[in-house]
Amino acid sequence: MSSFYQLEFEKPVVEIEKQVAALQERLKRVQGGKVGGGGAAGEQTLETGTGADEESAAPEDAGAIEREIDALRVKRERVLEELYAHLTPWDTVRVARHPKRPQTRDYIEMIFKDFCELHGDRRFGDDPAMVVGFARLGSTKVLVIGHQKGRTTQEKIACHFGCAHPEGYRKAMAKMRLAEKFKLPIVTLVDTPGAYPGLGAEARGQAEAIAVNLRDMSRLKTPIVSVVIGEGGSGGALGIAVADRVAMLANSWYSVISPEGCAAILWKQANEQTNTAAAQNLKLTARDNLELGIIDAVIPEPIGGAHREPKKTAQHIEKWLTDQIMDLKAHTPSTLPRTRYERFRKLGSFAEQVA
Amino acid sequence: MTNAVSSKAKTWNDHSSARKTSVPEGLWLRCDGCEQMIYRKQMEANLHCCPECNHHYRIAGAERVKQLADSGSFEAMFTGLSPTDPLKFKDLKGYKERLLAEQIKTGATDAVIAGSCFIKGRSAMLCVLDLSFMMGSMGSVVGEAVTRSIETATERNLPLIIVSGSGGARMQESGLSLMQMAKTSAALARLDDAGGLFISVLTDPTTGGVTASFAMLGDVILAEPKALIGFAGPRVIQQTIRQELPEGFQRSEYLLKGGMVDRVVPRNELRSEIARMIDYSGR
Repeated sequence: MSSFYQLEFEKPVVEIEKQVAALQERLKRVQGGKVGGGGAAGEQTLETGTGADEESAAPEDAGAIEREIDALRVKRERVLEELYAHLTPWDTVRVARHPKRPQTRDYIEMIFKDFCELHGDRRFGDDPAMVVGFARLGSTKVLVIGHQKGRTTQEKIACHFGCAHPEGYRKAMAKMRLAEKFKLPIVTLVDTPGAYPGLGAEARGQAEAIAVNLRDMSRLKTPIVSVVIGEGGSGGALGIAVADRVAMLANSWYSVISPEGCAAILWKQANEQTNTAAAQNLKLTARDNLELGIIDAVIPEPIGGAHREPKKTAQHIEKWLTDQIMDLKAHTPSTLPRTRYERFRKLGSFAEQVA
Repeated sequence: MTNAVSSKAKTWNDHSSARKTSVPEGLWLRCDGCEQMIYRKQMEANLHCCPECNHHYRIAGAERVKQLADSGSFEAMFTGLSPTDPLKFKDLKGYKERLLAEQIKTGATDAVIAGSCFIKGRSAMLCVLDLSFMMGSMGSVVGEAVTRSIETATERNLPLIIVSGSGGARMQESGLSLMQMAKTSAALARLDDAGGLFISVLTDPTTGGVTASFAMLGDVILAEPKALIGFAGPRVIQQTIRQELPEGFQRSEYLLKGGMVDRVVPRNELRSEIARMIDYSGR
């Protein structure tokens, strides 16, 4: 449980959690004292030693301790809710990057059935940072695509922390064409700090790979729905997000550049203060993107973020995906490129003087 | 993706602080390419290339149009477009102030010039990103003008030529800049479906969101010699991989060898090469 608390702004919750833990120890001792087990009790005394003052004032019967624990838990929920309701954009970025936050493969496991992964780009190699395959969403057969960041150190390195290479984008596009041929809707899950900036990626045409996806996704005659589940970093994110409907999880971010990248360039240095300012200015939160018309919906997260209740988050995503696909399937596939074009065509803000 | 902006902006500023071309004032100058002393007027008359070593200096949008279009044939379009500050972006300087300073410096409203013209007698739609304005970065105005150029070329069945020179998507319009990548690329899908011709000309530098959208989608891609062309800027790559980049990495000739562009074309041959491509396409 303690590993959930890695974020600075969650300190008040950590304090409450500590009190609950201390009380639970006491409860065990009060209840366990009747049964015995002296060795374990000795250890517990050591651990809760710091709370000696509280203990002397605390009630001695189990019922009272339980009631106090319950009260603290209610308080914890309230404080957590309050904290997450007022996250700064930079804190949102931190939640979006939380090491325990569910990733593409987690959601595939929780939302879809019978996932059948397809690895081949037929060009260079399999990019583990881009997961692609057929799957079933309820009774609907779909193609699901998503960035994968990796959970273990080994997996993270193999996935370049969710930064895909050109072969990843090309694999995704190749299978999207297949989905069009098979008349399958496409679901994409976006979670990347950005496309990988490296020698091989440049040599193999990172820019071209993304550009082709933007062009060809726009004209696919099959429904496409996208959800930004964590990080929506620039062209690397957009490269699988030219969709009929786009949503963001409440604590994800989507922008032209990461706050650190932006701070390093425009503020000449990336530090806590400039990152905070950049995150604020980039209007990268789900709510901001909704207001700008860049996304169509914000999918709520459970109190305290997706990482606290992955299953519940998955249910929210599943519902949104199912609704959208149901709706889009009512359209003739050949009309989708036109409406998709119009969706992106109107984005932008400028003044125009008519001559 | 826009990380290339600052490193290149520095290079740009090294040459010029407040003028349209990258060449310092004065009758004579030392060439960046061969370090010879060259006569400024001679260099300018040579399409802003060194008469000794043919080093290609960066040029502003207006100069590019002048060089490519048949004399007097260019008719500017979409000139009424001007940028707003939709996000109320403020870094060390407000975006509004930045825009105003750039507009005063260049006399342009944003980093794009578009219009119809003739190139060696062939009717064409020409769109040029203007490096002299915020490093040719793409915000809503650039995205809109590029998209309209593509749409016009599609409607009128004109060959489309886009000359790119850009640091990438404009950070100050954040998500809206990002969406211009999708918008322009989607418009190119329609041009392609209609059987249109798109010649993409890449100049020094073309990076970030511009490269990762319309610039790399040409039916034919031409690049000026030694132009820096890439997705990520060299500095970002260096920071990521923590080793020296190979000589010539991300330059036109490197991309040609890697199969990413079709031809490296010196500036003095650009007009005739474009005309030749139009002829081959049968437009």
